[in-house]
Amino acid sequence: MSEPIFADEEAIAPPRRNGELVFEAPWESRVFGLAAVLRDRGLFAWDEFRVCLIAEIADWERQRGAGEAWSYYARWQAALERLLAQKGVCSPGELEERERALVARPAGHDH
Amino acid sequence: MSEHDHDHDHEGSARRNALRVEALETLLADKGLVDSAAVDAIIRHYEQDIGPMNGARVVARAWTDPAYKRRLLENATAAVAEFGFGGPQGEHLVAVENGPQLHNVIVCTLCSCYPWPVLGLPPTWYKSPAYRSRVVREPRAVLREMGLELPESVEIRVWDSSAEVRYLVLPEQPAEAAGLDEAALADWVTRDAMIGVGKPHAPGR
Repeated sequence: MSEPIFADEEAIAPPRRNGELVFEAPWESRVFGLAAVLRDRGLFAWDEFRVCLIAEIADWERQRGAGEAWSYYARWQAALERLLAQKGVCSPGELEERERALVARPAGHDH
Repeated sequence: MSEHDHDHDHEGSARRNALRVEALETLLADKGLVDSAAVDAIIRHYEQDIGPMNGARVVARAWTDPAYKRRLLENATAAVAEFGFGGPQGEHLVAVENGPQLHNVIVCTLCSCYPWPVLGLPPTWYKSPAYRSRVVREPRAVLREMGLELPESVEIRVWDSSAEVRYLVLPEQPAEAAGLDEAALADWVTRDAMIGVGKPHAPGR
């Protein structure tokens, strides 16, 4: 059976000057911007990032149906985390620790 | 299982993603590797300064200036640089020309490679598993679903982006647009026409 190409949310996306709503949520633009800044500062090359992105997308496609809905920028984020771990810039452990600290913030400080 | 079955946890996963990105950004900021102003600036750049309006100018010039068109087909990276367009994902740009019996369409089957300097960031559907896998297998059916019905006699060529090469489709100038100047023609050129899933058309339609 054929899968639909268009996602529902795209049909209702507001128009943009360049013809496209580039990001659907602020976190998507942040994680894109982080990779772009780090690449501009020479921490890695786009080709290195691309290898990780391909691997993350392939992993998702192998495990599809296992629960996680498709999100391109979630794959982008996983690819960035993978590359930064490879480069010794930040480890999954550090990231999880930071996440726990953010969750533990007092109410009203979580945005 | 359809992807819609997951809609109920869409909000929860978006929250988790947002938290994860915040953790990453604050961690990198503490390490002195990024600052939020630089991230803001680069997002603004990709949202506002680059996009299909760049590629539309390139196509319109190719339609009106045969010498420029030759340069574009010979070395697209150099030809778009004449407009000042360049940068990441545009280092090895190749323009593929449509004709009466040939239609080109671009994809990146492995991830999402896309000619950023001329088209901006790719639309959601371009990055979807469905488009990436199906347009190679059944391009005619996919194009039909996207509203582009091509006669059986027209050959469809699918160009898969690679680590080195990014493609840009040079569509045919519509007959109705004959005689217009370059600036007016640019308004006929759509993003979808430069990906190859649509045709140029009169503005505002």
